[in-house]
Amino acid sequence: MLRRTFLPLAAVSLLLPACNKSGGDGITIGEFASLTGKEATFGISSHEGTVLAVETLNAAGGVLGKKIDLLTEDNQSKAGETSNVVNKLISKDGAVAILGEVASSRSLEAAPICQQNGIPMVSPASTNPKVTETGDCIFRVCFIDPFQGTVMANFVTNTLKAKKVAVFTDVKSDYSKGLAKFFKEGFIKAGGQIAAELDFNGGDKDFKAQLTAIKSAAPDAVFVPGYYTDVALIAIQAKQLGLSVPLCGGDGWESQTLLDIGKDAVEGHYFSTHYASDAASPGVQAFVASYKKRYNGKVPDAMAALGYDSAMFLADAIKRAGSTDSKAIRDALAATKDYEAVTGKIAINAQRDAVKSAVILQVKDGKFKYLETVAP
Amino acid sequence: MDWLLQQLINGLALGSIYALIALGYTMVYGVLRFINFAHADVLMLGAYAAYFLAPAVNSVIPLPSLTGAVIVTLISVMICTGIGILIEFLAYRPLRKRPRLTVLITAIGVSLFIEFTCQHSAVFGADTKPFPQLLPEHDYHFGGLVVSSNDLVVVVTTLLLLAGLWFIVQRTKMGTAMRAVSHNQQAAALMGININRIISFTFGLGSALAAIAGILYAMKAPGIDPLMGVQPGLRAFIAAVLGGIGNLPGAALGGLILGLLETFAGGISGLSNYRDGIAFAILILILLFKPAGLLGKATVEKV
Repeated sequence: MLRRTFLPLAAVSLLLPACNKSGGDGITIGEFASLTGKEATFGISSHEGTVLAVETLNAAGGVLGKKIDLLTEDNQSKAGETSNVVNKLISKDGAVAILGEVASSRSLEAAPICQQNGIPMVSPASTNPKVTETGDCIFRVCFIDPFQGTVMANFVTNTLKAKKVAVFTDVKSDYSKGLAKFFKEGFIKAGGQIAAELDFNGGDKDFKAQLTAIKSAAPDAVFVPGYYTDVALIAIQAKQLGLSVPLCGGDGWESQTLLDIGKDAVEGHYFSTHYASDAASPGVQAFVASYKKRYNGKVPDAMAALGYDSAMFLADAIKRAGSTDSKAIRDALAATKDYEAVTGKIAINAQRDAVKSAVILQVKDGKFKYLETVAP
Repeated sequence: MDWLLQQLINGLALGSIYALIALGYTMVYGVLRFINFAHADVLMLGAYAAYFLAPAVNSVIPLPSLTGAVIVTLISVMICTGIGILIEFLAYRPLRKRPRLTVLITAIGVSLFIEFTCQHSAVFGADTKPFPQLLPEHDYHFGGLVVSSNDLVVVVTTLLLLAGLWFIVQRTKMGTAMRAVSHNQQAAALMGININRIISFTFGLGSALAAIAGILYAMKAPGIDPLMGVQPGLRAFIAAVLGGIGNLPGAALGGLILGLLETFAGGISGLSNYRDGIAFAILILILLFKPAGLLGKATVEKV
């Protein structure tokens, strides 16, 4: 009996604030990010980029004459937490659009909730294709793993001249599994051979068992599509075991922490990512300058640039929609062509993915060095 | 052949770490009959203590060096001993007369409290921190085999601590008192043993072990975060149960077996995905046939 009365009440109370907020004087945008936990540096970077974008917009008078209210929730890099915070942002806070997040597994958790509520969601950096396949409300401002995997497969074949490659995948992460799959397809298509396939669990500290097996397969290179904390330890233990071939990976590597933990063990390895802060383009340099000014001289990484882009891209769509109605924003997002973002020119395709170029960086002298740009 | 021997070395090195952590679990259980789940978090605090102490010590005695490493470890051990005694005093002592389950749940609460307080950006922050190098590192090559100096340090420390603990528990007055408390607290109190002192001592000793394990674990995988204790803590707890909880050599044996199982399961292409699954399935099998653990004594409950 209690339950019967409770349910309609809950439904009403969920709807009420939503109506109130959208009629208010600001535009409420919800953001979920991994501000603490394992992938915290990703979440913090993208969050800082997003905050910078919102502050820039509000300083210039806001969007449609209204200020943007950015509400940020932390999912602690944990599975399950994202659905709680996204439900809260939509139902309780009445967000008209959602921004988030870097890790694909957690964006995949938020996507069905946004889709059901008809709220557009823009992911800054989730590269797994499944994220936008959830439905027509889900967008992203980054490239997807089939592209990134192919880029690395071609790089390993053409530049590193590798014939046999071992793949070392984090089975806990959708991002890692997806990227590994597309790398393998691309590499085999380019005439390469997969020497060994090993798995680890993100958060493991001992990789010597798998690395010993990889070493005995004698590959020319190892593809490790993991996140930076794991990759740093993998590089250290690979070096200890005398596995001296180049390691390659994706955008999950890009963090200062990789260099701090890995030190000389990560030297000379390669990865693909979204942008290089040492690129010469005026858009990039203007962004780097304003980010440095706002965050005490910190150099923005790819996640910060994408966080900035995701908010600016959403604001641009709201402007073009001329309204804060979620449906109108969604249609404007879907119609984006040639949007000039910090991380390159973005066109939204039929799958609501951004079509744009990738860059390849190498770890050299304790820094990320720009190597080449690969167009889509 | 090389492959097999290298995996054996990897497994023994990993197993020694588990064994070292398991010693702490099993000793506290042996005396108090309860699992101190906060053990894994004291381990993390030990690693962080060393992380913050290393720059200070470095300015007096340059690191990496043996003297410097020993000094950092000793101070961290003292800090963690204090924390262990404090945890017991604040969280477990008020519940001494309550059912065991209450204390067990409190232990889990203490563990979560430490983990999530430390994740706050004003404390340690949640991001992974690079652990400084304390000891000079060297990799020894024997043909195609590689043994790293850190692994040797772990094996030797585990053996020394096992012997030291056995000596304390079996051969000293304090150890006799600990065993008396473990048999019957009331009777021990009637014999003039200060129960509070013995329990504090046990927690202090357990936390000292955790601090050493934390530092060695951080040396092996030099990225530390507030949740670093969770995984090895769980494994070590299982190792302690496997060896027969409360039994010191059993904990060491359990740790080694678990380390070897994980390494061999993890080193097979295509099966590495099931590394933990395989290791734990074998553990369940062992416990089905030896419910009290490999070296544990089956006790008959008198009704």
